Amino acid sequence: MEKIIEGKTISVNEEGYLTNFTQWDKNIGEAISKEVNITLTPRHWQVISYLQDEFKKESPLSIRKIGKSGVVDIKEFYALFPNAPLKTATKIAGIPKPASCI
Amino acid sequence: MNEFNGEIKKMMIILSKATLENVYAAFVLANGARMEGIEAEMFFTFFGLEAVHKKKLEHLHVATVGNPAMHMPTMLGGLPGMEALATNMMKKEMEKVDMPDVHEFLEILKASGVKLWACKLAMEMFHYKKEDMIDDLDGVITVGDFYKQGSGLGTHMLFV
Repeated sequence: MEKIIEGKTISVNEEGYLTNFTQWDKNIGEAISKEVNITLTPRHWQVISYLQDEFKKESPLSIRKIGKSGVVDIKEFYALFPNAPLKTATKIAGIPKPASCI
Repeated sequence: MNEFNGEIKKMMIILSKATLENVYAAFVLANGARMEGIEAEMFFTFFGLEAVHKKKLEHLHVATVGNPAMHMPTMLGGLPGMEALATNMMKKEMEKVDMPDVHEFLEILKASGVKLWACKLAMEMFHYKKEDMIDDLDGVITVGDFYKQGSGLGTHMLFV
């Protein structure tokens, strides 16, 4: 599927996750964050770049790992991205939705 | 269908058993709900109370007797040390799939906003005091209180 975000044509899956991370930039992240009703602060961006770094390392993401990241604790993660934090944060970050159950 | 179109808004999970496999099933379901943006509350009753008992939660075991999925004769399962052996094996496998231990899992649940309730009747029956239970417990309540917590459209209840 293709979607026009910020005037750019972006490949996304049926849930709106980017399928090609190289197409992501900060403006795309901002645009997706508006769709999910989140106003991004510097704290959000710190978490997003952590998630992207893990993705680049091909290291699978889970809520347990977020808690141990040293970047953000689980409580703050839920406060920053209420309602399905890992799903929402990865969507804004332009990376795939984690398939973990934990 | 109601205004939520059948969408799950809240999971009310009752844990009545203290065998590791049941405790984990309930924890994974509660955590999984929060990860999907669904509210979750847990009610610990009867043996399930051991999962939130400070001194007992670290010593929960897998059931080796009366558990056909263990694929061992029931008489063997009853031998001394069998439960500990099976439990250690299971814990090793859990660590491999990044499954936290009971203590850490409770911390994750609490930080994720899961409410943890102990059953008043079962607490009295086992002579447990509130101080015996983890500090993260939200309270000791009756079954009626728990139902009240679950009121509203889109709530589902699950008994483990």
